[in-house]
Amino acid sequence: MSKRWLELSVGLMIVAGLAALVALALQVSGGNLSRNAENYTITALFQNAAGLGSKARVTMAGVTIGEVSAVGIDPNTLMAKVHMKINSQVDYLSIDSSASILTAGLLGEKYVGLTVGAEDDVLVDGDVIEDTQSALVLEELISQFLLNLGTNK
Amino acid sequence: MATIITHITDLGAALLSKLAQIGKALLMLLQAIIVKPKASSLPRLMQQLYVVGVQSLIIMLVSALFIGMVLGLQGYTLLAAYGSEQAVGQMVALTLVRELSPVVAALLFAGRAGSALTAEIGLMKATEQLASLEMFGVDPLHRIVAPRFWAGMISLPLLVAIFSLVGIYGGHLVAVDWLGVYSGSYWGNMQQAVDFNEDVLNGMIKALVFAFLISWIALYQGYTCIPTSQGISAATTRTVVYSSLAILGFDFILTALMFGGAV
Repeated sequence: MSKRWLELSVGLMIVAGLAALVALALQVSGGNLSRNAENYTITALFQNAAGLGSKARVTMAGVTIGEVSAVGIDPNTLMAKVHMKINSQVDYLSIDSSASILTAGLLGEKYVGLTVGAEDDVLVDGDVIEDTQSALVLEELISQFLLNLGTNK
Repeated sequence: MATIITHITDLGAALLSKLAQIGKALLMLLQAIIVKPKASSLPRLMQQLYVVGVQSLIIMLVSALFIGMVLGLQGYTLLAAYGSEQAVGQMVALTLVRELSPVVAALLFAGRAGSALTAEIGLMKATEQLASLEMFGVDPLHRIVAPRFWAGMISLPLLVAIFSLVGIYGGHLVAVDWLGVYSGSYWGNMQQAVDFNEDVLNGMIKALVFAFLISWIALYQGYTCIPTSQGISAATTRTVVYSSLAILGFDFILTALMFGGAV
């Protein structure tokens, strides 16, 4: 075997391996190498944030515009406080926007849906969304339904 | 009473001799790899990269394709029962990138390259090539062991990356092209679930650890084998058995450290 062929095949293997790594980064993990993209943080207070975790999507009109960075309890109001990182390019969320916790499919993952209001002023870093709709908890829904059945009779 | 003490003494002796063996193996490796790199040793590294890496490519590609296809098929049938067959991409990718690629590629590597290394060095010892190198004043650890060790360390992570990618395309072949999952949800769910640092890079760290274990075991077994035909065959067997056990054991430890800590 010639030395040239040996060096060529080794070089090809190394290039293929590195290319596979790049493909894993871009195609498979969706190129989220650029994690540090510009974004700003807003918070929303929910009565109930069941099933919502960090890294859940934040969407507007069905399009992902950010992700949940942390979920905690607000000690003053004892409500769930959801911190959301929003892409800086989306700088047109009015201050009367509302947030609701939605479910993808019947048993799917929870995500936050934002609906823009009519005000001219926009949300900036650190602002709080007041108008919220909580997560749908199946057990509560069923017990309410049974309760209604009982009173209607 | 006396017999119990004898048994305990035997146990201690066995443990000490095992520890001494591990120490000897570590010393051999350190002697081999702690050396100033020279430009003249590059051709030998090339040669070993070809033997250890390029010649393992075919078996890796074929197994990766089939493993990806099986994962796609099994994942589809399982997930279709819950009506969520779009998640098959995410399942195939996470299974491959986190676990199956590093482990299966390492097991294949131990069988394909590790055993060959042990047999080669064992035969060099049996035919007194190592001894004659020493007579020339050439350290066989630097000349024979070091390039083989580095070749393993370089090629296994590359092979694991190729393995993951080919496996994911194998899953695509079955789930999308055959069973009709929508291609967009195959890739989309995968991209949402797989994180480069957390999943892909951790898989690469596993590959590096496995490459270290396999090369170390294979070279030590070859270097210290009994220089007879039975000795070489026993050492080759030990290489494959020890490497496989070490890979599976360390995989659990690494998985527990990487993915089990987030409680």
